[in-house]
Order: sequence, then C-alpha cells, then structure tokens
Amino acid sequence: MIQFRLDARSGVSTYLQIVHQVRHAVRLGMLRPGDQLPTVKEVVGSLAINPNTVLKAYRELEHDGLVEGRPGVGTFVRDSVGGPPPSNHAALRRGLDRWLHAAFAAGLDVEDVRALFETSMQDLREEGVA
Amino acid sequence: MTAAVIAAGLGKRYRDHWALRDCSLEIPEGRVAALVGPNGAGKTTLLHMLTGLLRPTAGQVSVLGRTPGEDPGLLPHIGFVAQDVPVYRSFTVAEHLEFGRRMNKRWDGDLARARVERAGIALDQRAGSLSGGERAQVALALALAKRPDLLLLDEPLASLDPLARREFLQALMEGVVEGGHTVVLSSHLIADLERVCDHLIVLSASRTQVAGEIEDLLASHRILTGPRREVGRVAGVATIVQETHTDRQTTLFARTSGSIHDPAWSVQEVGLEELVLAYLGQPNATALPRPRLANTGTEVSR
Repeated sequence: MIQFRLDARSGVSTYLQIVHQVRHAVRLGMLRPGDQLPTVKEVVGSLAINPNTVLKAYRELEHDGLVEGRPGVGTFVRDSVGGPPPSNHAALRRGLDRWLHAAFAAGLDVEDVRALFETSMQDLREEGVA
Repeated sequence: MTAAVIAAGLGKRYRDHWALRDCSLEIPEGRVAALVGPNGAGKTTLLHMLTGLLRPTAGQVSVLGRTPGEDPGLLPHIGFVAQDVPVYRSFTVAEHLEFGRRMNKRWDGDLARARVERAGIALDQRAGSLSGGERAQVALALALAKRPDLLLLDEPLASLDPLARREFLQALMEGVVEGGHTVVLSSHLIADLERVCDHLIVLSASRTQVAGEIEDLLASHRILTGPRREVGRVAGVATIVQETHTDRQTTLFARTSGSIHDPAWSVQEVGLEELVLAYLGQPNATALPRPRLANTGTEVSR
C-alpha cells in the first residue's frame, strides 16, 4: 500500500498529483500488479480532500489502463502492467548516480544539471528515441 | 442532475437593512460547497434560511425539494452545526449523544460513538472541558449521526488551530464518503477549502457574486500580463474582472470564453484564493449561472 502526499506549492492540481504518484510508484516497483490502491475513504481521511478528486484521479488511471476498479472491492494495479525489470532498473540508477557525481565534481549546480538533462531529452525526442 | 438547494432572488431584510439580497444559486446533490465572503456578507443569514430558522423577505428557496420553515418533514434531513459550535457545558459527551438519540428518529448511535472515539474523546468528559477542536468534532459527530442528506456548517473552522482544522476536515470528508451528503460549508479560510470543496458560492455586500463548480470557474479564468497598454477587446476574453497597471506592465484578471492566443499576453492559470479575492475586490463583477426557479422579483409578505 502506498500513501499519497500533496505539495501545496507545486501548482499541480490535487487530482494530477495523485495520478503522478501512482504512475511513479508503479514505475519504481513500489506498486506491483495486483496491488490495491488506498480506498477513497482512506485517502480523504488522511489528506482531507474532496472524495471526487480521488475518484477523478482513479478514473483517469483506469482510463490509461494502469489500474482497474472492482466494484465494491477497490482499485487494483492491472496484471498487464510491467515496468523495467528491477535489476536493470538498479543498474541504470547506479549509472545515473555516477554521472551526477561527475557533473557536480565538474562544478555544475542543480540548475545546470536540469538544463543539460532537458537539452539531451529534447535531442532524443527529436531523434525519436524518447 | 438534481439540486439539493435552489435559491432564486432570495433576500432577508431587517427594517431598512438587507442582510442578504438577490441571492440566486443552485447546489447540485453530492457537492461539497464552499460559502465564502467577508464578515457581514450574509453567509449565516443564508444558512439560517436554508434550515428554516429564518423566513425570507423576498424570493424563493427550495431545499431537498421542500420549502424550509413550511415543511416540518425537511428538518430530519438537515444536519446543522451553528457558528461557535454550541454545546451544553455541564453535559458529558455521552449525554449529548443520548440527547441526539431522543431528539432524532433517524439516529445512528454507533456512528456517533465511533466518530467521537476516533477523535480520541472520552464519553464521560464534560463538554465544557473540551478543547475547541474536540467540541467541533463532537458537534460534527452529532450532525452526521442524524444521517442527514444536507449538512450545513457555519464557520466550523474559524476558532480551530491548524491541526484541529485538518482533523476536522479529515473527519468531515470521511463522513461524506460514508454518507454521501451534500455539504455547505461557510468559511473565510479559502486556502483550507480549496482541496475540500468542489462548488463555490461567493457572497459579498449581501449579494451572490460568484456561483459554480470550482473546476469550471478555475478553467474559465486566467491572469494575463503584458507590456502596459490601453486594453480594448482581447480575443478569448469574455469579461475583465480586474485591471491593474504599473508604468511598464498591464495585468488583467479575466473570465475567458475561449483560448487566448494573442502573443502579446502571457497567460497564467488562477488559484481559488486568487479568484475569490479578485471578485471580492471588484464588487460589481459577477460570475453566475442562470437560475432555474423563476425569480418573481416581488417581495413575499408575511
């Protein structure tokens, strides 16, 4: 089970923050196929938000094919959902950490790193890789 | 869509002073509606007219399809927490629950006890010794145990500290999931309401200024900034609510009718608090839907 948290200063609407956090958790393997999302009552009881906001987020995730609602039971991550294998994931993460160490050692700051990342992403998108 | 509350041209006058005037609104069933506005705008007057505690001087009001004050069958369906959360100070919490049981036909005693216990309040405690937050939780438990279709809360957050406010809103939202009530919540703490409410009513100077779904309202308002200029018509802008100028820059708070593509303006989305404050700052601007009940415009003599 995961727990949502809200960033009031992000400017991102509450329902989108929930959508992003579920996608993120699935991507990182914190949510696996068959896992249940928190119930609407659990979410509103901890975040003090409108139940319709949670329903809207879950509907969108369902529409995307990431989760499925089982009436009267709850909302579950679908079986067909699979991120990259965890081992592969860890190796990629180590590679990124090494790169970040090198970048900071070379005197870049966080803003520089983000700008560089965005530029590379842009190039990859143009090449059709990302 | 069924409306839990419909008001058309609703007004309340005391001698030559209107406490509420020309109030038209429609709150669909199942919504959590925020009733906001400065002190003295008529929020309490409106809530009292919805319960039937006050009779309107003008206009019409329908609550759950009935007329408040005329139809005694309405009261069991309304939960009302008045301002300052009145409790009987020398009564224990358990005695309050017993009082609720005897006064209400549709009483859910298990729900009331469970809610009070979840809030960490002992049943044998006297109401006078409760903190503000605990008193609010007891009042909410009593109102929810009536299993109302409509829950009216008058400034329930005003006297609570931030933690108690959060706990109160958590308990309220859980109650809404369990009971599916329509809620009308008056407050001037807009930041607290933004996540909780999905419908907005702004009252100012005893009139309705804004009414509608929060999502629609936020989607149809934008802030435009650009180099200083005389503002004529801007494509995509329906009404300019607020216009401010510095020596270099012009800023518009606008209600939109479509996308704004003019590259001279940089366009930003608005938050709920910005929207409320922009309208309150311009008392003549309104954003209202068309009312469904015919507004006769005549005063009701009683």
